[in-house]
Amino acid sequence: MPHSQQTPSHKNSQRAYAGGFADPVFQSQAVFRALMDAMARPGRIQTLDDSVDPPAPFSRAMGAVALTLLDADTAVWLTPAARASVVPSWISFHSGARVTEDKAAAQFAFVEAGQSLPPLSSFALGTQDYPDRSTTLVVELPALGGGAPLLARGPGIETTQTIAPSGLPPIFTTLWRDNRALFPRGVDLILTAGSDLLCLPRSTSLQTAEE
Amino acid sequence: MTPKEYAMDRPAQAGSVLDPVLRRRLMAVLARLPRQRLESILAQIAPDVEIHPVRGPETGLVMVRGRIGGGGSPFNLGEATVSRATVRLSTGEIGHGQLLGTDRQHARLAAILDALHQRGDHQGAIAAFITDSEAELAQAERRQAEETAATRVDFFTMVRGDD
Amino acid sequence: MYVAVKGGEAAIANAHRLLADRRRGDRDLPAITNDQVVAQLSLAVDRVMAEASLYDPALAALAIRQARGDMIEAIFILRAYRTTLPRFGSSLPVETGEMAIERRISATYKDLPGGQLLGPTFDYTHRLLDPALLEDGDVPEGTRRPASGEPAMRVSDILSGEGLIEGDGEAGGENGPGDITRTPMEFPMGRDVRLQALARGDEGFLLALAYSTQRGYARTHPFAGEIRIGSVEVEIETPELGFAAPLGRLKLTECQMINQFKGSASAPPQFTRGYGLVFGQSERKAMAMALVDRALRADEFGEDRTAPAQDEEFVISHCDNVQATGFVEHLKLPHYVDFQAELDLVRRMRREYEAARHPADDASEAAE
Repeated sequence: MPHSQQTPSHKNSQRAYAGGFADPVFQSQAVFRALMDAMARPGRIQTLDDSVDPPAPFSRAMGAVALTLLDADTAVWLTPAARASVVPSWISFHSGARVTEDKAAAQFAFVEAGQSLPPLSSFALGTQDYPDRSTTLVVELPALGGGAPLLARGPGIETTQTIAPSGLPPIFTTLWRDNRALFPRGVDLILTAGSDLLCLPRSTSLQTAEE
Repeated sequence: MTPKEYAMDRPAQAGSVLDPVLRRRLMAVLARLPRQRLESILAQIAPDVEIHPVRGPETGLVMVRGRIGGGGSPFNLGEATVSRATVRLSTGEIGHGQLLGTDRQHARLAAILDALHQRGDHQGAIAAFITDSEAELAQAERRQAEETAATRVDFFTMVRGDD
Repeated sequence: MYVAVKGGEAAIANAHRLLADRRRGDRDLPAITNDQVVAQLSLAVDRVMAEASLYDPALAALAIRQARGDMIEAIFILRAYRTTLPRFGSSLPVETGEMAIERRISATYKDLPGGQLLGPTFDYTHRLLDPALLEDGDVPEGTRRPASGEPAMRVSDILSGEGLIEGDGEAGGENGPGDITRTPMEFPMGRDVRLQALARGDEGFLLALAYSTQRGYARTHPFAGEIRIGSVEVEIETPELGFAAPLGRLKLTECQMINQFKGSASAPPQFTRGYGLVFGQSERKAMAMALVDRALRADEFGEDRTAPAQDEEFVISHCDNVQATGFVEHLKLPHYVDFQAELDLVRRMRREYEAARHPADDASEAAE
């Protein structure tokens, strides 16, 4: 079994038990609703409440998304730094999800602040028959505003939606265009910053303002 | 609402370094004994213990696996209902309870007893409880084994007639 | 074609009230309790658990009572209930070799280690109705005899010592047997997925298919190598504990069917096996499952697929009685509009038919 490899210190194991939903049914439903709205309206920022208090290096939004979407049937990929933290124990206790080191086997992947974004194509991209079998990436940024503006178009956006997340790699629009070209396959993206999040489903196209 | 908060930095206490074999034996009897037996041992050793819920008690499913051919690779046989609870004592110990069925109160009592077992001040009483319970469960098993043994076929070969 | 039809609310409410009344029956009789069903109709409870694919005797008994003893309705209710619960995880594979045995027989070895243990069986009863049961008299407890303590070795292990029987196969794949409750079925499927489907399959359907193999539709020359019934411990891997947590015991029936195999270009002649494992005490189902499992392995052994029991897509797609009853019983739902359309079509075809016949009638009249 993937667990049981490390016995966390007492302090760490105590931290693993803290910070979950106090009222899992209703609080996770509230987060789910916010996520659903964010996916349906790509680029619009949703702010979550503080119902989840995850251990470092996860932000509140990352933690809330994790405990809302993960369960015993999902495999989750974490960065090596997050894998070495108390986060795997915290996720395991509160959601039952197992951590995998295989990006292509992960239904969800989390990249915390300060970590580089792995190539999108290294994750599960789904199949033509089952495009839903792709990875949903959750990526923490310094802020969801203040960066170079990008124009988003696609389902859920009437004309265009401007987003300006800070901290994305300069090559991101190219990576996203490659992902978009795989449609209906491809990954979906949730960008988080603190308690905020916005979604970029694979159906959304992005252009830099100059293009 | 704020997240569940409690002392996260409480150091490991002397005596809370548990023998996993003994802890597993405790969990095995807590899962199998009737709930009333857990109520009575708790009333006996720590009737006023202060409990904080960490997770549950809640009921869900566990997918029970078998092995192809009895010893080959696993397959999913079907699910079973399971109830579980995790509690924290005011002194910091975290206890887990889990058992087949939908009796959430039973799972909670099991979690409390698992936590108390770690605290150290009831280890003697709980060790005796484990031994007594195992003997009781073994007795029921022996009875069934003996009833089954009485249905064992003793073959005897018919004597053939001489030519 | 379906159209929304409104109305019938009062009729439905009254029908359900009447159902509750008939379920309760004669009020002069005491209501049957859940505990009574669990204790005294335990094989009905076992069947509902097996085919609902959910082990919980108390809930299965409730479903049987709610369904007025209609087993497939009870299975449906319990199957529906399981979808309301979250899944915490998967157990470690249960070890049937370490079963606390209540019954264990072999039709291939008379003197096998651990012995032939008949247990609480219907075998060797005369199948005569017993009026004594009407009296509710005292029933003596089971006789006891000191247990030998001899481990009940699995029959497949006895033969495997000589290499005359196929082994259990690799014990690997711990991380992911397929799961029909999570992933849509695809054909051909792995044996793991097939066994999951058969374990929840309808006993009557599997019994009939198993019977068909014995009558010559995919003959596999079976012997009941071993049948064992008893309880096993269930454990779940628990990361926060660092060991697998015991959850208690549940009762299972296991059948090892041994089948002749004349060998192929790549394998010497040896015995092959079919496997059955079922929740509860359900020997007929476990035997039928093992026979069908073996028949479905035709391709593995290079056997011709000629019979229904060898057709994986046919067997697996139709063995689930909840799916089957859903589709058969949906015919009760209103089909007023599409029936009217069909009626119009038949009328028109009849007019055309009559019109086509008419000139012929004229011709025959003209000939007279």
